Amino acid sequence: MKNDIILVGVGGQGILTIATIIGDAAAAAGLYLKQAEVHGMSQRGGDVQSNLRLSTEPIYSDLIRRGEADMIISMEPMEALRYIDYLNCNGQIITSSTPFKNIPNYPNEETLMQELKSLPHVTAQPIEEMAKEGNFAKSANILLLGMAAKHLKVLSADQLRQSILRLFASKGQAVVDANLQAFELGIKVAE
Amino acid sequence: MGDEAIALGAIDAGISGVYAYPGTPSTEITEFIQTYAREVRSRWCSNEKTAMEAALGMSYAGKRALVCMKHVGMNVAADAFVNAAITGVNGGLVVLAADDPSMHSSQNEQDSRFYGKFAMIPILEPSSQQEAYDMMAYAFDLSEQMRVPVLMRVVTRLAHSRAGVKPKTPIAQQGLNPETDRSHWVLLPGNARKQYASLVAKQSEFISSAENSPYNKTVGNNGKAKLGVVACGIAYNYVMENLADNNEVAVLKISQYPLPIEQIKALAARCESLLIAEDGQPIVEESIAGIVGGDYSLQGRLTGALPRMGELTPDNVGEALGIELPMPYVAAQNVVARPPALCQGCGHRDVYNALNQVAAEYPDARIFGDIGCYTLGALPPFRAIDSCVDMGASITMAKGAADAGVHPAIAVIGDSTFTHSGMTGLLDAVNDNSHITVIISDNLTTAMTGGQDSAGTNKFEAICLGLGVDPEHVKVVTPIAKNMEEITRIIREEIEYKGVSVIIPRRECIQTLNRKLRQKKANQA
Repeated sequence: MKNDIILVGVGGQGILTIATIIGDAAAAAGLYLKQAEVHGMSQRGGDVQSNLRLSTEPIYSDLIRRGEADMIISMEPMEALRYIDYLNCNGQIITSSTPFKNIPNYPNEETLMQELKSLPHVTAQPIEEMAKEGNFAKSANILLLGMAAKHLKVLSADQLRQSILRLFASKGQAVVDANLQAFELGIKVAE
Repeated sequence: MGDEAIALGAIDAGISGVYAYPGTPSTEITEFIQTYAREVRSRWCSNEKTAMEAALGMSYAGKRALVCMKHVGMNVAADAFVNAAITGVNGGLVVLAADDPSMHSSQNEQDSRFYGKFAMIPILEPSSQQEAYDMMAYAFDLSEQMRVPVLMRVVTRLAHSRAGVKPKTPIAQQGLNPETDRSHWVLLPGNARKQYASLVAKQSEFISSAENSPYNKTVGNNGKAKLGVVACGIAYNYVMENLADNNEVAVLKISQYPLPIEQIKALAARCESLLIAEDGQPIVEESIAGIVGGDYSLQGRLTGALPRMGELTPDNVGEALGIELPMPYVAAQNVVARPPALCQGCGHRDVYNALNQVAAEYPDARIFGDIGCYTLGALPPFRAIDSCVDMGASITMAKGAADAGVHPAIAVIGDSTFTHSGMTGLLDAVNDNSHITVIISDNLTTAMTGGQDSAGTNKFEAICLGLGVDPEHVKVVTPIAKNMEEITRIIREEIEYKGVSVIIPRRECIQTLNRKLRQKKANQA
């Protein structure tokens, strides 16, 4: 069994943190894992993308083939669209619906959302507003992870919870609690 | 991460020092060693050449040393690198070059395997993170056994990709044992000729090592096959991803060079045609054309079976293998490019605002940029620089252009780039009393690669004065909006000065500043 995931967003939105949590959970579960990411130039407000592959069998390629991704997890709606040609026919899109406009030629928001919603298997939520309302504004990325949890077939929600506990422990109890709350809300929203 | 696997492999292979200048995608190797192996010497170097030479010195003294750099750093280190193959080594010496096909964070996609071939030394090219880890100990053993440096070449997709790695039992660092034979190390022509002859003589050993390497192997079809694939380094993964259930194709995995000629001949003999899959430039394809002869059917980057430029992917390799996947979705309509930009609150922004304001008054002004975050000043909204070529070229190109009559000729260079390769150019300009204005935009760190120490921090005024810049024309400013009038006035004055002037806008990188504040907050909590 395998899960091929494409994680996308804008530099600084925290997609690599999502990747780190899933990766940690996969390692703890003894799964095979490959995760490719690009650092450097692209971090400065540009689009950021990571290929995350989990499997019960050995994995060769660090990159996912076009047409084979099981899921796109995106912190930004236009970035979610950027990689749809990588999805397989049952591929899920789990995305924030709030545009991040740091470029002058950002597409018309309505047309963009129409295109996004015309696709099957899309879950789009204003995760940043929800995180603000929940008083864990900095954990919008973890909320998104919660939304994606039920589609992560090779990992359980509890395995992800354990990784959140492990990875944020050094940042203090307040940070751990905020992230756990965000994660639970994400799971609830996706139901 | 691949970089971390390399770092751990080197630590466990008993290195006593790592020498490097930060460069994507190689930076994390040295950072990992700095964090997890305090007993290993690991302070950042001014540039790749100083790094290479220091590592050679450690090897001379009998200990194992690692040098890390991005591919373009090989150009800077090349003098020391090529000659280290002539002197040979005492303690094991491994040079790690991280190439960047597709130029994710680079200005070209040169292939470091050419450097290994040029210097006539063995090259290792891991296909996976585990192999990268395992190969480090192997590389140091090989280096000591063959008495030459060994080049390990990786690409972005290995360096910045994560996978589980099983470590082995670490071995201890070696004791001090400096070389006693001077003739190997004093490369006067008489000695150098002997050393070069010895290097040439070793070539057959290198080839034989590659023929018997545990990292070169054949998989898949082992009889007569229609198609054979030579899969180099990470390309092996893309080939195997596509051939998972296919046993018709014969595959030769290459991870150690010089090329194992006999293995290639044997593969060619039992296949009707060969596909060469290699990330980077078609160096193996060219070599194999020479091995199999002109009539043999060879496919690769040169023939168009694979793209001539850009990184390999499982998609383009699959296509070259004739494998088609169903793609249920077509590319989306409402997507535009999102290029990177200077951070909000970054001091470089204020520098460019000031420069653009002044440059608007001088229609003939040319602004020569350099390598770093501030290269992003080339993009909107600033569009502030006219060139960006290589580390340090801002100052020297401004000098040459000023010599030719360009005025104002302005150089913009970062603090770390200045100490990497800008100082010597500034000396040229001072000695020629060139009419240029140099802006050293000092953010107290090597920001582009994530905030490593910058070699010249707190020393820039002294360096400029020491190189002979007139003290009246070394000016320090703080790049914030409210100082705009002062900064633009100083730029105007220095443009009018007929000689070398240096303006140093100094303000800490917003990323490192925020990181320190967060750390402070976490410590208080």
